[in-house]
Amino acid sequence: MLTIAGIAAQLTELMLAVLLAPLFTGWVNMCRAWMQNKSAPPLLTPYRVLLKLFNKEPVLAQNASPLFRITPYIIFGCMCLAAAIVPTLDINLPFNAAADAIALVGLFALARVFMSLAAMDIGTAFGTLGARREMMIGFLAEPALLMVLFTASLISGSTSLSSIVGQLGRMELMIYPSLAFAGVAFTMVSLAENARIPVDNPATHLELTMIHEAMLLEYSGRHLALMEWAASLKLFAYSCIGIALFVPFGIADGGNWLGILISLPVLAVKLAAGGFLLALIESVSAKMRIFRAPEFLGTAFLLAVLAMLIHFLLES
Amino acid sequence: MEIFFVLGTPLIGGALLALWGHRGLAAELNLLMSTLTFIAAAVLTARVISDGPMITPDHQFFVDSLNVFLVALTAFVAMTTAIFSRPYMRIEQAHGRLTETRLRLYHSMYQLFTFTMLLVLLTNNMGILWVALEAATLTTVLLVSLYRTPASLEAAWKYFILCGVGIAQALFGTILLYIASERVLGAGGEALLWTRLQEVSGSLEPTVVSLAFVFLIVGYGTKVGLAPLHNWLPDAHAEGPTPVSAVLSGLLLNVGLYALVRCKVLVDGTLHSHFAGNLMMGFGLLSVVVAAFFLARQRDVKRLFAYSSIEHMGLITFAFGMGGPVASFAGLLHMTVHSLTKSAIFFTVGHAAQKAGTQVIDEIRGLISINPTVGWGLLIGTMAILGLPPFGVFASEFLMLTTAMREQPWATPILLISLGVAFAAVFAKVQPMVFGDSRGEISLKRLPFAPAQIPVFVHLAIVLMLGLYIPPHLADWYRQAAKLIG
Amino acid sequence: MALSLPSQFINLLAAMMLLIAFAMLSQRRVLTLINLFALQGLTLTLSTLLVAWATSQPHLYWSALITFLLKVLLLPWILHRLVRKLNVKWDIETLINIPMTMIVGIVLVILAFNLALPISALAGTITRSTLGIALAIVLLAFLMMITRSKAIPQVIGFLAMENGLFFAATSATYGMPMVVELGIALDVLVGMVILGVFFFQIREHFDSLDIRHLEKLKED
Repeated sequence: MLTIAGIAAQLTELMLAVLLAPLFTGWVNMCRAWMQNKSAPPLLTPYRVLLKLFNKEPVLAQNASPLFRITPYIIFGCMCLAAAIVPTLDINLPFNAAADAIALVGLFALARVFMSLAAMDIGTAFGTLGARREMMIGFLAEPALLMVLFTASLISGSTSLSSIVGQLGRMELMIYPSLAFAGVAFTMVSLAENARIPVDNPATHLELTMIHEAMLLEYSGRHLALMEWAASLKLFAYSCIGIALFVPFGIADGGNWLGILISLPVLAVKLAAGGFLLALIESVSAKMRIFRAPEFLGTAFLLAVLAMLIHFLLES
Repeated sequence: MEIFFVLGTPLIGGALLALWGHRGLAAELNLLMSTLTFIAAAVLTARVISDGPMITPDHQFFVDSLNVFLVALTAFVAMTTAIFSRPYMRIEQAHGRLTETRLRLYHSMYQLFTFTMLLVLLTNNMGILWVALEAATLTTVLLVSLYRTPASLEAAWKYFILCGVGIAQALFGTILLYIASERVLGAGGEALLWTRLQEVSGSLEPTVVSLAFVFLIVGYGTKVGLAPLHNWLPDAHAEGPTPVSAVLSGLLLNVGLYALVRCKVLVDGTLHSHFAGNLMMGFGLLSVVVAAFFLARQRDVKRLFAYSSIEHMGLITFAFGMGGPVASFAGLLHMTVHSLTKSAIFFTVGHAAQKAGTQVIDEIRGLISINPTVGWGLLIGTMAILGLPPFGVFASEFLMLTTAMREQPWATPILLISLGVAFAAVFAKVQPMVFGDSRGEISLKRLPFAPAQIPVFVHLAIVLMLGLYIPPHLADWYRQAAKLIG
Repeated sequence: MALSLPSQFINLLAAMMLLIAFAMLSQRRVLTLINLFALQGLTLTLSTLLVAWATSQPHLYWSALITFLLKVLLLPWILHRLVRKLNVKWDIETLINIPMTMIVGIVLVILAFNLALPISALAGTITRSTLGIALAIVLLAFLMMITRSKAIPQVIGFLAMENGLFFAATSATYGMPMVVELGIALDVLVGMVILGVFFFQIREHFDSLDIRHLEKLKED
């Protein structure tokens, strides 16, 4: 549906995603601080950080290649595209048809490859270490994520995210054990993919444990800002995938503006709840040793496969 | 009514001996209860001879041509084993291997074990059959671990775990059977009654029944000691007290096989194909081959004869798998003669091992000069079990092999070679035990009580008789049962 | 597609039981294992109750009661006592290669589902589709018994297998006849008591509950 209105709606959705992503990160940080009985940073802190970084001049290592400089833009672009593909407000937008769930996983993988290449580009030990760990986690998390998406596709009969959401949203209310399993698996994968607590700690710079931060050590200025923004966008995109798959109610169908207007507060409520849940998980669990991460993700994969098998047995 | 006497006597015996079993006359009480059970079984048999098959009014227990002779056989061997066990266990106690508390456990469990086996044989309910067979496993676990030595604990543990897993598969098979029958007979107790199942077996769902049989043959096959699930059997036989080895080999394996045959009859009625038979032939043949080649490597005399039991159970399973009146007749005859012969052999082996103070074959030499009755008993028993004419084992093996040549010619050479290997292995090991040079380093223990050798020769005499002449009543039963098995 | 509400809940409980079976397969601690076993028993009780209520089968209430008393209260209590008395509370199994076990487990689940498909198509119960899960639980417990080297986990595997079998009976046929269920329960209980005695004997003779010590009896 490539009409002017459609494109306008798509652009609105994208802009909203890009602008709201740091807010979501801020909300998660705030919730976490509350739960840990700390005084919370203001909700808008992530914006201030981004602004500060954009005003600073980037410092590059002498041996940095063009790849190192171009990577922040590629990653930011990837995440924007991902956020556009995921149906957040409306399921009938032009970009939704551009790529299905599998392409979405591929998009995340592309960003990951560039990130790892850039991290190894300078040649410092930390960058390489982070890249290696990131690849290990990615290689375990991707199959699990695919399995989760396949389970949803099997239930709704399509791999396109927008038709999955449409189907799931329209179906009569009943208990899907497979979706429950897939939901748990998806949560575990998201924690690993977004460098969240049981797997990685976004607030640490301790060399033994860091994964994501290790890859960003050499970045500064606007490059770093783009990378941080991309990370927020990724978290936002993942949350929206989760919402789309497991609580798909209230997402507008067919690009009229009224529907989008209604679905906006619904999305806000869902995101707020999701962020709270994420902060809760992070607060109650302890960071595990990096060697346990394969086991953690293996469990996620197992759950996702079980979800698929159970769907075949109980729901077909 | 007789059925309840047959079942009640060992049950009461078990309870009495649990209270009384450590006192002076416990062995005599054990013998008395076993004799009473045998008398009840004999009366039951006489009733069946005169009145034909019977079933209790509530349909929970029944006697037909297939189980009546097994009931008689079980009660008889349980009685003779009780005779043998009296001096044997006293000698063990005198040698300091057992305490009085252990003896109480032994006597009580011996009676309960007899009870569970008779319950398996007499019940009409496939569910109760499973429960009773599991209970038989539990009682024998306690019997096998009686000495509480590391080796006996290990054997009992293996026995429990392996048979527990196996019999759980059988329960799943029984559940599947119930699924199939419930659709025809409706829910409730009726749907697991064997007699009702047999009536409607033609209208059961074939897919479910064939899947059920796969689980049942794995489950009950573990109990029979069919390869590749036979691992528990040699250990349990070697480490338990010898009377227990005798009843394990002579009776429990038969009872497991009985359960399997009952299932086969149902499956054949449903499928009208040779599916069950083929499976049984496969497992049977594999057991014969595996056992024959393991025989040559044994150094413990009780393990040797345990493997021989696996071999014979394989043969019988193969015979029932072939089916047809002659093969089934041979299978039933073989069940009888194997049970009698093998328990007789264990009786002699037990006393030989007590005399030599060890079960290692190389250290038992020259029995014929040390103790001529034991020596001759072992020699004749071995000749009988190896299938030398004129013993009954020869007759049944001959029938099996000739049927196999006609119906399954491909299997005959395998069977013949295995039997040959088994013959060579067992004979080469038993011959020096009987005739070897007993002088030298072998130290003999004095037996404080005279061993009871009458059961050995009674058993062997019956086996000899069955080789030469089968009483018409018995032949009649065999024929009827063979017709039932198909 | 439109399933009734009770049968949806039964499906959910079935899925839970399968999940617990996997959790038991990967669990290293003895105490957690016992708790998981009790949880599985509780799930089984709930699903039996639901089936009883949804189909008005009074005898299933008794079956649920037996399950509850035996699998949720009595057996875990005996196991806890044993663990305390044997002082193996912190016994941690050195399981090698959990992922490999998990993959084998998944293969077993697929196998079980395929085996059960033709049967569940025939069964007329509201719970028929859970038969495959029941078979999967049996096979997973079997796998657990094979891969464990300590005595207590092996026994828990054995008991979990019994859970799966009970579940199969309830889901496919609304339970076996009462007399059979009572017999099975009695066997399980007696077996557990015997094993309890066994644990002490094994520990006394081998100084550990590690079954790997029990390897003397084999063919030379």
